[in-house]
Amino acid sequence: MPIRINITSIFVDDQAKALAFYTEKLGFVPKNDVPLGPHRWLTVVGPGEPDGTELLLEPDEHPAAKAYQRALVEDGIPATSFAVDDVAAFVRELEAKGVTVTQPATEMGPVVVATIDDTCGNLIQLTSPA
Amino acid sequence: MGDIFRALADPTRRQILDELTIRDGLTLFEICGRLMMLHGVVSSRQAISQHLAVLEEAGLVHTRRVGRTKIHELNTAPLREIIDRWPITP
Repeated sequence: MPIRINITSIFVDDQAKALAFYTEKLGFVPKNDVPLGPHRWLTVVGPGEPDGTELLLEPDEHPAAKAYQRALVEDGIPATSFAVDDVAAFVRELEAKGVTVTQPATEMGPVVVATIDDTCGNLIQLTSPA
Repeated sequence: MGDIFRALADPTRRQILDELTIRDGLTLFEICGRLMMLHGVVSSRQAISQHLAVLEEAGLVHTRRVGRTKIHELNTAPLREIIDRWPITP
């Protein structure tokens, strides 16, 4: 069995808030939610992909994590990137839900990209084919 | 205030100004992305950051914060120095 990517993670400042944002605004689906000391092992998956790569909503309590997030946000660098079918349409829906779009849908060669604020300390890039 | 002539003498810096003319208010990440994806510029993020510092020193680029993000805006006012010095005859 070859190696595979089963999980990827993003630092968040508040797990409950992150779960709400990532499910209600972005449309991810809760997968694992296991109490783990003061925090939770909290993951979501893409809709229609229950066995797909999990996104771990990881507490940013380490001071270096916060500094890392701040430095990325200052320069406008997304913490990670997700794929959608149509960035422009997706971003319109997000704006209607009150999400802050920091970079409107922009064609960049073979892809269309946009950047949003996840309210948990990160910028998130969205991409779709041009 | 830095020298606008020196600031304008570099092709990458002129390209940054071109990109800000097309869409004003870009982050460092967006500027790097546009230069790389649209113009094949291979400079590092650090190099672009230094170019921006030169442009800012010359007054051609201003920065401000939107939330926690720093954005760069074009300011063409210093270019007036050129036509003031060498007026364009009608």
